Amino acid sequence: MNAQKTLPSYLEQSDEVRARFDRLKSRDVILKVKALGKTFETRKGETVALKGIEFETHRREFLCIVGPSGCGKSTLIRILAGLETQTTGEVLLEGKPVRGPGRDRGMVFQGYTLFPWLTVKRNVMFGLEVNNAGRLEAERQALQWLQLIGLEKFADAYPHQLSGGMKQRVAIARALANQPRILLMDEPFGALDAQTRARMQAYLLEIWRKIDITIVFITHDLDEAIYLADRVLVLKPHPGEVQELIEVPVPRPRQMGQFISEEFLATKARLEELIYSSEAETEEGDEPYPVMMRLAEAGDNVE
Amino acid sequence: MTRTRWFAVHAELSPRARSLLGFLSFVLPILIWCVVSYVPAVWHPLVLITDPGSVDYFQPDMRVDRATFAQETADAKAQGRDLPQGVAANPIYLPAPDEVLRAFYTAFTTPPESRDSPWLHQSLWHSIQVIFWGFVISSIFGVPLGILCGTYSPISRLTEPFIEFFRYLPAPAFGALAVAILGIYDGPKIAVIVIGTFFQQVLIIANTTRKLDGALVEAALTLGTKNLQLLSRVVIPGILPDLYRDQRILLGWAWTYLIVAELIGTTTGITWFITQQARYQHFPNVYAAIFMIGIIGLGTDIVLAQLGKRFFPWDRTAKA
Repeated sequence: MNAQKTLPSYLEQSDEVRARFDRLKSRDVILKVKALGKTFETRKGETVALKGIEFETHRREFLCIVGPSGCGKSTLIRILAGLETQTTGEVLLEGKPVRGPGRDRGMVFQGYTLFPWLTVKRNVMFGLEVNNAGRLEAERQALQWLQLIGLEKFADAYPHQLSGGMKQRVAIARALANQPRILLMDEPFGALDAQTRARMQAYLLEIWRKIDITIVFITHDLDEAIYLADRVLVLKPHPGEVQELIEVPVPRPRQMGQFISEEFLATKARLEELIYSSEAETEEGDEPYPVMMRLAEAGDNVE
Repeated sequence: MTRTRWFAVHAELSPRARSLLGFLSFVLPILIWCVVSYVPAVWHPLVLITDPGSVDYFQPDMRVDRATFAQETADAKAQGRDLPQGVAANPIYLPAPDEVLRAFYTAFTTPPESRDSPWLHQSLWHSIQVIFWGFVISSIFGVPLGILCGTYSPISRLTEPFIEFFRYLPAPAFGALAVAILGIYDGPKIAVIVIGTFFQQVLIIANTTRKLDGALVEAALTLGTKNLQLLSRVVIPGILPDLYRDQRILLGWAWTYLIVAELIGTTTGITWFITQQARYQHFPNVYAAIFMIGIIGLGTDIVLAQLGKRFFPWDRTAKA
């Protein structure tokens, strides 16, 4: 608790970090979201899921989107992917408005969504094949991608034979094989156990470093967001609006050891402040714990 | 311990327990049949006359009520005449297992009553052909329509309400109509099987198609899959194992329409054999023929299930 008082501000950046952000911002804007709104028609009337969302992402940026449940972060990424249409506003990818899903935006879902009837290799080839790459060329590239994610030995295995982490690596390779401009990830590691998740995060950073890809990554895990992101977009719920776009002051390359660095903790404190204050406004946050009567015997205490 | 394990809800059984129980499921009914047939104390409401004695209307091999036999025996005894002899017997419509078992062989070796009538194997083959064509014709239209209904909501709404209505119309009711249109030979029989199968088929396959994980379609969309590719590369391969299972169930369904279908127009096939044998009171043959339908049906299904495992090595739901 005492340590928190002495933390630097999350807005303080070392020269090195500031220089990196300058470089980042000097790169082209790849994704531009303008006054984006989404309203759902329900039986009870209209629900505003997203309202006036505005942000820009630069080429090769790693953007994380966090927010409490119900803030519309999944809706937002689905609109970016073209799987849902916005009610107002615009999404521009390299200046061109997004209309429907397309190969220029790859997506990785929480539920893996590998095609169970295709082998690992054929899964990775899928995007290339539907986009009319020749079978041989698709196969050659797929094998390259499998090598990159270290699963070339499993090329002929079926998805059900893989562990969760391996499935998600294949899903990432499948999305990247299509050479999208931007990779959208919707809580991709949410279903994995803690150790696998940590390994996958390191993997993802490694891949991101190696290839020209911009990543938009949704998570509800604040440590994950800070560990991965250049910038963190914080949404608040009811309606989903941008609360703050935070530049993560933690230097790169990132390591697990940085979790206890001052910059990291300062950023996390700020995120918690933003998220728990908005969560308190929601019904879930409002509801007090019911007072429980004691059912264990008197004197039989665990604390 | 063992009991709680066996009767846990959805208990996992060992392979040995599974095959043992499966074996018993056949053995138990046969055992009951054996007891009823071979233990004279159980049922046996009739007496099979072996020697009529002095009773003038008794004949050898005649079956009479036990009460009548007792009455006649008592009368003969009282009047000092020859006593009739007989053994306890079941009605003629319940032959013993060994008779039916023998009929499985003799039914094939016995020539037909009249020279131009078909042998049993010809009758069976005829039935199989009727089923085959009925099922194939139904599937040619039913499977694609079902997949389209399950994929595209407008097509579903345009066709399914009517199909839902039509499937309640009993297929045999169309028999007379089918004869008027298609003649008296195999046409109307195949038509009845088609009518009986098609409408269920569309609805079942539409339902199966709808159950495809929507996330797979979305994943394909984000990979740049378009329109018809979505159907050919995601929807169809995605539902294939379930579709195959549906088709197996529907084929069994088609078999249940066979007997009614074969009665339409000129009676043919296994139905002709059964009715003919029943007319001559060759009940072991009747049972044998009925069981043959079951054996062919179950046999086909087992073969198809094994082939399914070969076809769809990725399918995880096929375990049971």
